[in-house]
Amino acid sequence: MEILAVLGIPLLGGLVLGLVGDRRWAPELNAAASFATLLAAAALTARVIASGPVTAFDEQFFVDPFNVFLVALTAFVGFTTSLFSRPYMRTEEHDGRLSPARLRLYHGMYQLFSFTMLLTLLTNNVGIMWVAMEGATLSTVLLVSLYRTPASLEAAWKYFILCSVGIAQALFGTILLYFAAEKVLGPGGTALLWTHLHEVRGELEPTVVSLAFVFLLVGYGTKVGLVPLHNWLPDAHAEGPTPVSAVLSGLLLNVALYAVVRSKVLVDGALETGFSGNLMMGFGLVSVVVAAFFLSRQKDIKRMFAYSSVEHMGIMTFAFGMGGPVAAFAALLHMTVHSLTKSAIFFTVGHAAHATGTQNMDSIRGLMRQSPAIGWGLAIGTLAILGMPPFGVFTSEFMVLTTAMHQHWWATPFLLVALGVAFAAVFSKVQPMVFGEPAARPLPHPPALVPVFVHLAIVLMLGLYIPPYLVDWYRQAAALIG
Amino acid sequence: MPDSLPGQLVNLLAALLLLIAFAMLSQRRVLSLVRLFAWQGVALAASTLIVAHTTGQTHLYVSAGITIALKVILIPWVLHRAIDKLDVRWDVETLINIPTTMLAGIALVIFAFALATPISQMASTITRSTLGIALASVLLSFLMMIVRRKAIPQVIGFLAMENGLLFAATSATYGMPLVVELGVALDVLVATFIFGIFFFHIREQFDSLDIGHMEKLKED
Repeated sequence: MEILAVLGIPLLGGLVLGLVGDRRWAPELNAAASFATLLAAAALTARVIASGPVTAFDEQFFVDPFNVFLVALTAFVGFTTSLFSRPYMRTEEHDGRLSPARLRLYHGMYQLFSFTMLLTLLTNNVGIMWVAMEGATLSTVLLVSLYRTPASLEAAWKYFILCSVGIAQALFGTILLYFAAEKVLGPGGTALLWTHLHEVRGELEPTVVSLAFVFLLVGYGTKVGLVPLHNWLPDAHAEGPTPVSAVLSGLLLNVALYAVVRSKVLVDGALETGFSGNLMMGFGLVSVVVAAFFLSRQKDIKRMFAYSSVEHMGIMTFAFGMGGPVAAFAALLHMTVHSLTKSAIFFTVGHAAHATGTQNMDSIRGLMRQSPAIGWGLAIGTLAILGMPPFGVFTSEFMVLTTAMHQHWWATPFLLVALGVAFAAVFSKVQPMVFGEPAARPLPHPPALVPVFVHLAIVLMLGLYIPPYLVDWYRQAAALIG
Repeated sequence: MPDSLPGQLVNLLAALLLLIAFAMLSQRRVLSLVRLFAWQGVALAASTLIVAHTTGQTHLYVSAGITIALKVILIPWVLHRAIDKLDVRWDVETLINIPTTMLAGIALVIFAFALATPISQMASTITRSTLGIALASVLLSFLMMIVRRKAIPQVIGFLAMENGLLFAATSATYGMPLVVELGVALDVLVATFIFGIFFFHIREQFDSLDIGHMEKLKED
């Protein structure tokens, strides 16, 4: 079974790498496990696209076009990040920043983190979804503090406490949802299965469900990084190893948003008002605006791009909140291009920080001269994430903006101003880092730039031409979200 | 049915849970906090057992068993060991404004009851009147995490919050499906060990478990 392989490979890989993660060939084993996961995910995707939604193992797992798209994306970025992590972690080892025990921890937890994210996506049980989401926090918290510096410990503690408290709210929301479902479906296992909840969503008690959604949105929204629950996000991104920042931004935030959207579908069915959508639009818009204004105040390059992630998650939340086929399509496309572009940016940022020995943007200079590939990667990635045509981010942002003009005209000025402010802030900071006099050293291990340019090429392609099967796939998924 | 003996016993235990939550809010000694936390686990397990016995929901026995093993025995033991090794046995925290905190706590309880009333009227369980108390103890633990400046009390606040959530699950719905409860218990267990590791890392770096030292990462 493909589902078993998708979940089993990273779980097994995590356990094995926990034991042998400090060997010389461990980074390759890590990449191989991620590649095997990707193959399994591709097989699963092919089957779901061909034959429609499937449930498996007593309906405990459920795959439809919406989550299989995220499974494929997660497996893909998980694999490319493992390729980037090879030279990155070797350089860290070379510089004496990591002991063998910490390398074991890193490699083991990397795979377990993939496992928890894939479990969150594939499970049909909203209770297990919560458990897996908390598991994703637990598996990354020790990675954020991997260097054991005071700042990284502080970041990890903040991440741990804020996300655990946040996700405790989501558990209360899940309990309320179960309470509403139990009235209709009767007690026992089936009352938490999403497919069953989906069937009876019209009969769920509206007051309970709306209260449940508030708790679920606040809980999972903490992990999405929605303002004002975003405090952990820039710290965790800045202090952890860069491959971890890449998967946090590129994958974990998406998975958390997936949990919110799944809840929204149920709530919309029960309420038949715009309650959940309005709430999400509000949170999304505030996140976009606040994050855009924080961008210009950053000094640390990883912090700046972390705020950029908050901004983009805000755009997606806003788009999902608007609802309708076009907005949902745009949000799904934005999920894809954002996670590809942002992880590519973090790959180049990781190499740039190694080459210059700092994450402080004032000290990173002249990347283009020292290492043209890293310089171009950062420059192109930045233009892509800022929504320049012809990249895919432009396409999705354009769709969000036009839909907003039709449905909620009042929101467009906020979005436009925020995008403009973000452009000015990020571009003015990246430009001197890329050009200018070099301050870089040669890297002890050749940088992994193939993943960067593969990601950016896909984003470019999605901006110019979205293949018909992908359009069809997004449409199916958008129809499910409604 | 709320007037029956089991119903009254559960109500009594719920009141005890809330009382313990308030006591934790004002308790300054870390050892006493751990003891209060263990007693909260006892109250939770006892009420789960009573509900299990009256309703015949066998999976609740398992849930009560997990609570006793985890919240009454294992986690307090882990915390005790950590406290011994860190040599903070006699730590007394200076809490400012206990009266204000208490007043805020009372406001939270009223808020929780107002929020829970419409829901508990819909519940058909014998324990429905306790949903408000469950939500109140969740919010009180939340308040405790906000006002505390030291690592161990913050963690106890987090664990007490988990207790409140479990109590909400039993009082509103006779408990979540077993597979979910097992998963939640696993998460709590792993979280406790990671917290334990963290205590030592924080102490090593900052020479203290005071979270107040960790305010370097501020926005410029």
